[in-house]
Amino acid sequence: MSSRARISGRSYWFVVFHQLKHEPVALFSALLLLLIFLAAIFAPWLAPSDPYATSMIHRLQPIGSPDHLLGTDELGRDMLSRLMFGGRLSLLMGVAPVFMAFVIGTSIGLFAGYVGGKINMIIMRMLDVFYAFPSVLLAVAISGALGPGMMNSLFALTLVFIPQLVRVAESVTTQVRKLDYIEAARMSGARSFSIIRVHVLGNVLGPVFVYATGLLSVSMILGSGLSFLGLGVKPPEPEWGLMLNTLRSAIFKEPLIAALPGAMIFVTSIAFNLLADGVRSAMDIKR
Amino acid sequence: MTPIILQVRNLKKYFPVRANLFSREQKFVHAVDDISFNVTKGRTLGIVGESGCGKSTTARLIANLMPADSGAIIFNGEGVGEIGGLELKSFRKKLQMVFQDSFASLNPRLTISETISYGPMVHDTSKEDAHLQAHDLLAKVGLDPDLFASRYPHELSGGQRQRVNIARALAFNPEVVILDEAVAALDKSVQAQVLNLLQDLKAEFELTYLFISHDLHVVHYISDDVMVMYLGQIVEMGPVEQVYSEAAHPYTRALLSAIPSMDPAHRTQKSPITGDPPNPIHPPSGCRFHDRCEHARAICASLVPALMPVQSSHVVACHMNHPSSGYETSGSDVQYASAGATR
Repeated sequence: MSSRARISGRSYWFVVFHQLKHEPVALFSALLLLLIFLAAIFAPWLAPSDPYATSMIHRLQPIGSPDHLLGTDELGRDMLSRLMFGGRLSLLMGVAPVFMAFVIGTSIGLFAGYVGGKINMIIMRMLDVFYAFPSVLLAVAISGALGPGMMNSLFALTLVFIPQLVRVAESVTTQVRKLDYIEAARMSGARSFSIIRVHVLGNVLGPVFVYATGLLSVSMILGSGLSFLGLGVKPPEPEWGLMLNTLRSAIFKEPLIAALPGAMIFVTSIAFNLLADGVRSAMDIKR
Repeated sequence: MTPIILQVRNLKKYFPVRANLFSREQKFVHAVDDISFNVTKGRTLGIVGESGCGKSTTARLIANLMPADSGAIIFNGEGVGEIGGLELKSFRKKLQMVFQDSFASLNPRLTISETISYGPMVHDTSKEDAHLQAHDLLAKVGLDPDLFASRYPHELSGGQRQRVNIARALAFNPEVVILDEAVAALDKSVQAQVLNLLQDLKAEFELTYLFISHDLHVVHYISDDVMVMYLGQIVEMGPVEQVYSEAAHPYTRALLSAIPSMDPAHRTQKSPITGDPPNPIHPPSGCRFHDRCEHARAICASLVPALMPVQSSHVVACHMNHPSSGYETSGSDVQYASAGATR
């Protein structure tokens, strides 16, 4: 009796989290990401030196130098400090546009899917115009039109991801809307807003969330790409993509140092992807 | 004379079919075609018919889950959704529905007690009261509230979930409950338990049921009256014992003879009706059953039979049963008449 009572009442998200604990790869990725995020967030306190302090005589010191654990860049700035500070902007480029697009895209998708009919068709065909462009090209085009700057590239990336998330949210909402429990809720005389909030949202959020976690690495790479092209963050601000660009000249002299920002982008995006895979399989449970 | 709680008047629903790219002609599926009937308070009306005959559409039209093309629903003498009539939101409380798919009709993200209390909370019951009521109702439908209230639908069996759906419908304190194939997906032993539960609840809460099913045994067991539908129209209606023992319409007779017999001596190899139901986009002219009916004559293909009483409350739409219809004098040359009519 008591054991039966104990197994009852496990919510969906509880089960998903429980399931995630059995995925070693996802757990390791989550831990790695946690370390990277902590290093970036607490960079002002953790960084060994000022990321902006240049020193002409200490240019391009190799990895493992006594004062500079990860060497220095082409202007003699400490690489470790710059990587930690650079993580702040790069991770922001990864998380912020996806989060914004998640909120906006889910809202539009829920509305379009729930209303259905002609309104749905108009919204979706309009978004298909954005969807037709490759995301890299679209991001470059929008931030090119708006001019360089971090806010503009965040805005551009958000716009790139909105249509994709709307499409996922809309298709799931369209499926959910036809189920009997929505009919039953309508039979209760509830308003559409209440039905969407209580009955539709909870069932749409899962699949959209999985899709959005998969976009985190794409967003970070696109953001770094924009900075690399000079459309995002402006020097001397540290950002992984921009650092990769400015260190290009040193690629023959100190290839390891030139590769460091790229390695950070690579490791972080792989961790994002592996975590997203883990979440996906954890959520793929019989409900 | 017991009062009539629900009147359905000339209800019609045609679904448009996407026309061929090159044809201008707009086609319609005649899902529910001009049906009228009354439901008496405290009685159970069983609605039977083949799949696609419009049973579920009728239920969804009555429940206002989809708009009717024309017709009226009159509840306790008040027109539903009409000006000066019964407001839709108050009507929702009085008429509830239980669906066939017990799993799809429960939100997988809500606990059982959240699901049951959602409805009353829409109607301004406080959260605490609604949850207390949900516990009471769970006990009423035979589920231990302490064990089930905080569970999620995936942790329940089919029969338990259908009990929850019944409790959810009862939470509104309704007067009429539509049971749309509510026991069809359950296995036989669970079906019997749920049917008995429905009988008990009906007595306790003074409910009126609209029981939609394709299972003639179940309808016989639970219904007081029965309505037989064919291609969106009523072909026969009356007290269940009378219809089952003295079926007047050839279609009803065919349906009843299709019930498998428990007696091996009565085993039959012969199929009671031949062919499939006709296409509801182009229903046959005259009596819609005439092209599958062994008694059909010329008049059946040309003249639509009206519902006429054979006994006090037993009505049937068949020319054969009405001496004045001209069936007796009509020629048997159906082929010619129907070929002319279907064109």
